[in-house]
Amino acid sequence: MEMSKLRQIDEYCWTGADAPGRIRLYGSRELLEAMDNKVLEQITNVSRLPGLVGPAMTMPDAHWGYGFPIGGVAAFDPALGGIVSAGGVGFDISCGIRLLRTNLRWAEIAARAWELSEQLFDRIPAGVGEEGTLHLSMDELDEMLAGGARWAADRGFGALEEMEFVEEHGRMAGAEPASVSNLAKKRQRGEMGTLGSGNHYLEVQVVDRLFDAEVAAAYGLEVGQVVVSIHCGSRGLGHQIGSEFLVSMAKGAAGHGITLPDRELACAPIRSTEGRRYLGAMRAGVNCALANRQILAHLTREVFVGLFPGAQLEIMYDVSHNTCKEERHSVDGVERALFVHRKGATRALGPGDHRLPRRYRPAGQPVIIGGSMGTGSYILVGTAASEERALSSASHGAGRSMSRHAALKQWHGRQLVDELRGAGIVIRTKSMRGVAEEAPGAYKDVDVVAEVTERAGLARRVALLRPKICVKG
Amino acid sequence: MSANAVSTARGESGSFTYFAHDADIGIVGRGPAIESAFEQAARAMFAIMASLEQVRPVEAIEVAFDEADVELALVTWLNLILAETRSRGMVAAAFQVSQQGSRWLGRGSGERWRAGLDRGVEVKGATLTMLSVSERDGVWEARCVVDV
Repeated sequence: MEMSKLRQIDEYCWTGADAPGRIRLYGSRELLEAMDNKVLEQITNVSRLPGLVGPAMTMPDAHWGYGFPIGGVAAFDPALGGIVSAGGVGFDISCGIRLLRTNLRWAEIAARAWELSEQLFDRIPAGVGEEGTLHLSMDELDEMLAGGARWAADRGFGALEEMEFVEEHGRMAGAEPASVSNLAKKRQRGEMGTLGSGNHYLEVQVVDRLFDAEVAAAYGLEVGQVVVSIHCGSRGLGHQIGSEFLVSMAKGAAGHGITLPDRELACAPIRSTEGRRYLGAMRAGVNCALANRQILAHLTREVFVGLFPGAQLEIMYDVSHNTCKEERHSVDGVERALFVHRKGATRALGPGDHRLPRRYRPAGQPVIIGGSMGTGSYILVGTAASEERALSSASHGAGRSMSRHAALKQWHGRQLVDELRGAGIVIRTKSMRGVAEEAPGAYKDVDVVAEVTERAGLARRVALLRPKICVKG
Repeated sequence: MSANAVSTARGESGSFTYFAHDADIGIVGRGPAIESAFEQAARAMFAIMASLEQVRPVEAIEVAFDEADVELALVTWLNLILAETRSRGMVAAAFQVSQQGSRWLGRGSGERWRAGLDRGVEVKGATLTMLSVSERDGVWEARCVVDV
């Protein structure tokens, strides 16, 4: 990124030299210098959308997306003609990470790592073209879209008691299955309980290091403990909702008097029929993702218990990073009901927030930064400062530093699998192309992203997780 | 980053290629007519998911839609054929597109996913990013970024 186009606010916060106050970019000078100029162009375009309240922001892991940058955060007020944007949520509605903590220690199960990887790979449908064993009728799909993870728990996939540890308590209110097209529902019929592809994964990890022992204890984490991260979203249903609304919003924007800085920022006023219809469909997509991760967690539990009798896998937290949520925030001294888009950004609520599970309320929300399959992932905790800094938002991943095609030219999947095996990490996949595209070297340094996220005041590091087994889509 | 083409594959009528994008993949279809450019763009999209030469044309899917804007028509075509194949558990490798005014008819041929098909990565959908449909010196080019 051309730094001459930025003006520094503090060590880890920058704004546009041409549009001071309208945008805010969080990151170190090094991270920002390495970002594509498109990130600045895209977040500047976002800042020109109607009804924006506060600055449009990027997180330290930001990279070039479609419409919004990945790692983008922007809030809109319906009372000011604010908009909702399908591109601001993304195609993979409610893509997120569910982290399961176990009562196992890696030292106890390491000898059976290969067997565990085989069974997980066998039970978890992963990769393009894979279907789950659960096939839903159209009526059942509607029930799932209204019920979310609670719907899945009601059907024996886990327990309702654990919903406290899922955002929205497992079910997003305001979902309207009727606003989801039949084609989107058809696309999902065979995809419940599937992981997907690309950067999605199921990873068995070990807690490697604690940065904050007190918060780690509140989260039930200790060094040497085995945890499982499940990264996926709303599968074909969410993709189809995104596809359809992206086009319909692009066509309808002019009719709402909206001049789009770029057509890819397709949006509709929140209070318009189209805006309300999208929100209803998008919330149904959120419930689909929550149900999907609930089913995948159940399948994972079955594998662990089958191999290690007495194993317990509890939800540490389930947090989405592609969403638009109605939240109350105080901006410039005025409290408003805002629709906060987080595209590739995680909500990061500080201590005391009533939306948090009672157990985590004194500490703050677990924030999960998923890293690449060869490096590590971080658990952080939301801070009070993050509310003022970024409407309680933080980084969601390492963030790509290289295109998929550049990665394909540089790495071979088989070679990477072998190298990672040598480093003690088992990769299971049906797609060597996918492994090459997701090469650890194609991502920013997750240690730097997590540290800068902390230094920028967005969230504070709690624990570092190291990968041991990775089922890739 | 510039949108550099990094690979090319030739089809029966036209060719397809890719360009770099940070998070996703840019696809380009080229042909002597707008229809063949759309067909090649679909080949580019499905070649991300599977090795096209392995896919047998045993089943066909037809889609139809109305769209006067040719750029939105490209995105609609790609997303419709993607959704229809996925909802049937299929992958397609051969495509035909015809246009009459704003009416578009498309057809994709392929088979259900089976063991033995080399798998790439799943495409979630075609986006409006870097979307263009243009003609120069008799060659039509259809391009956009697809989300993976």
